[in-house]
Amino acid sequence: MWPLRNTLVPRRLKDLLAGKVMLLLTILAALLVLVMITGLYLKSRPVLESHSLHELLFSTKWRPFRGQFGFLPFIMGTLWVTGVAIVIAVPLCLLTAIYLSEYAHSRVREWVKPLIDILAGIPSVVFGVWGMLVVVPFIKDVVAPSFKVFSTGYSVLAGGIVLAIMIFPVIIHVSLEVLRAVPNEVREASLALGATRWQTVKRVVLRKALPGVAAAIVLGVSRAFGETMAVLMVVGNVPKIPSSVLDPAYPLPALIANNYGEMLSVPLYDSALMLAALILLLVILLFNIASRAVLLRLERSVR
Amino acid sequence: MARDRRFAEEKLFRGLMILATLLILSSLLLILLTVLFKGLPHMSLDMVTKTPQGGYYLGKGGGVLNAIVGSLYLAGGATLLAVLFGLPVALYMNVYSRPGARFVGACRFSFDVLNGVPSIVFGAFGFTIMIFFGLRASLLGGIIAIALLILPMMVRSMDEVLRLVPRELLDASYALGATRWETALKVAVRQALPGILTAVLIAFGRGIGDAAAVIFTAGFTDSIPGSLLRPAATLPLAIFFQLGVPIPEVQGRAYASALILTVLILIISLAARLLSRRLTRHVVK
Repeated sequence: MWPLRNTLVPRRLKDLLAGKVMLLLTILAALLVLVMITGLYLKSRPVLESHSLHELLFSTKWRPFRGQFGFLPFIMGTLWVTGVAIVIAVPLCLLTAIYLSEYAHSRVREWVKPLIDILAGIPSVVFGVWGMLVVVPFIKDVVAPSFKVFSTGYSVLAGGIVLAIMIFPVIIHVSLEVLRAVPNEVREASLALGATRWQTVKRVVLRKALPGVAAAIVLGVSRAFGETMAVLMVVGNVPKIPSSVLDPAYPLPALIANNYGEMLSVPLYDSALMLAALILLLVILLFNIASRAVLLRLERSVR
Repeated sequence: MARDRRFAEEKLFRGLMILATLLILSSLLLILLTVLFKGLPHMSLDMVTKTPQGGYYLGKGGGVLNAIVGSLYLAGGATLLAVLFGLPVALYMNVYSRPGARFVGACRFSFDVLNGVPSIVFGAFGFTIMIFFGLRASLLGGIIAIALLILPMMVRSMDEVLRLVPRELLDASYALGATRWETALKVAVRQALPGILTAVLIAFGRGIGDAAAVIFTAGFTDSIPGSLLRPAATLPLAIFFQLGVPIPEVQGRAYASALILTVLILIISLAARLLSRRLTRHVVK
């Protein structure tokens, strides 16, 4: 008995201890979101106390040195850039996802998937550099003159194009998974009734996959909302509500990133920027929770 | 007639799909080629072996070794920290807890959601932590921010591979009298090792490439950081700052730095891909 007990007791103790520590770590990590919300809220409380939420969200006056913090130009900037990105990305991504899922040979799929993973891995600064080198001059020299307007090229459109490419991987990846999860019997039934492939896709597969595809798009939108560096480099950063896609804009993430240096010397400035981060976090959380919930339900229904 | 129209529609959409796929793939190609051809003419040995000399930002000599080393330190430290916290979490979710437990489902959901949080928010949050502890912009601050950023994706990808470890294997280990801790470390981790290393490498790559989370937290400096409490330069920020200088030579170096960063990322993702195929020596099939 003795030798056995000698090894068993410390081993079981170790097991117990490790379990408790790991449980604690898991709970902590899973609650990180709440900690982040609390931290950012505490930092943004000063500006929330001295300004009404209505003023902060709907005023266009951004004059930190006079204590005026109206986020509307930045919120609109984010919406414009994201809108353009979605308009470009959604059709392309859906067509690609449908092609890869329904039409392409599995060998083609195995080739294309890693390439899309590579696209997902490219750092946002590199997208920014590319945008400055290719997209901005293209808009300045080709797009703007053809509409007979002047643009420096640093515009909503440039930000939207760069962002669209950055969210390709998310939308394609998730919607491809959703499309693949549609059972084959459904397709076969439709094809057996004499429908063409496209009719099958349009009337049967897409209808079944619709909630998942919507979730994929929402995930893309939330990725676009928060993207910082690449957009910051090509969008012009003028704090005015844009009135066309060729105008410059100043999205929220760019506002936060651009002013980290001076924010500590102006009263309430850091608080206002942390509020911007909090707004961003809350909106993105909402989008993410909604789309993840849809995807989770789909995953369960397939099983 | 109806038949003709149906087939015309079929053809049209098939064409559009192939066009869309090609367009998306060519955007990747265009980005890589742009970075390559813009960066190559400005590449030199100095770029990767020297730190910025006096007057570097006016076009004088030097390189971005400070940023390369800074990025490697930062991403390395953050990855280490994230593994230290993330691996136990993934193990707990898959070995310790009952299979199919509600709690585990909730954790997965939470990590998925956290994975969507943009890096600028992690940067801002890291900044509030640093102020709370009285830290200044430093290597340590950057490491913490990046570790938080890559933790959710690392946990989820480790979780996905640990989930695939056959239940029978764990049961066999328990039947031999091993505790759950021993089973987790000596059976589950070993079985899932290739996948775990891939997850680590992908997280490392994301850590190197991220700029928005370090802009508040790591600061920037022209020298290689000597301690955790000193500011550290990072490649993405080096690219960003050099681009902001209106001198052609400095901007050229920004392109060269972008090339260095892209090549680093490509090497890491290639290594991750190879690793997941090769390192299967200890895996029971």
